Amino acid sequence: MNTTRPVAASPARRAFFRRRKSCPFSVSGAPKIDYKDVKLLQRFVSERGKIVPSRITAVSNKKQRELAQAIKRARFLALIPYVLQ
Amino acid sequence: MPLYENVFLVRPDVSASQVEALTKEFSTIIEEGGGSVPKVEHWGLRTLAYRIKKNRKAHYVLMNLDAPADALHEMERNMRIHEDVMRHLTIRMEELEEEPSVIMKSRGSRDDHRREDRGGRGSRNDAKPRQQATPTTAAAPQNEEVPAKENAGATESVESGDKAEAGDQK
Repeated sequence: MNTTRPVAASPARRAFFRRRKSCPFSVSGAPKIDYKDVKLLQRFVSERGKIVPSRITAVSNKKQRELAQAIKRARFLALIPYVLQ
Repeated sequence: MPLYENVFLVRPDVSASQVEALTKEFSTIIEEGGGSVPKVEHWGLRTLAYRIKKNRKAHYVLMNLDAPADALHEMERNMRIHEDVMRHLTIRMEELEEEPSVIMKSRGSRDDHRREDRGGRGSRNDAKPRQQATPTTAAAPQNEEVPAKENAGATESVESGDKAEAGDQK
């Protein structure tokens, strides 16, 4: 295979895609983490109702702690379930 | 004085006017203790995410408070005693929200929202859709139709797809 161009371009692109993760709450204009915002919290909860780890959602450490707290508050008020079948 | 946000759940078989009377009762306790209640929100009868004391629904009320701790403790004690209050949560806030909360803004088609969210959650684990997209849709047809140059790109994308798969299994 003498077509070097696509071979060189594609892995570079892939590496770029991998690294592009950034915290969804640290960007300017990011939503405020609020235990009342059910719609927002539901995006960071698995189908079973578990809190999704930050390595998957790319939420920063600080914001993940805040988010976990908010999810637990929302659960207590029965806004979101503890477990989902 | 410290700022608090209080949400409490009232039993569903209580009427809306009784809920309002109850809210007034609690806010007078705060005012007698030297505090103020800048905002009260009635979220209405909402479906609970799980059953609490055999109830599937509850009246939700949100109160923003600016009160000394003693007044708050007195109000919380009353909430605990009151039979109609199923649950309550008080949170200390740095600053109170002035505008109506998210729940008030997005009222109406609440159950529809939930269903939409369930569908949209797939985008979170971003490895899976990409892995499906590259080998099946892009690579397979190119293998058959275009021979030399495109083929190199195609086989390579299959390789990268395998890598993504391996990453998934971890």
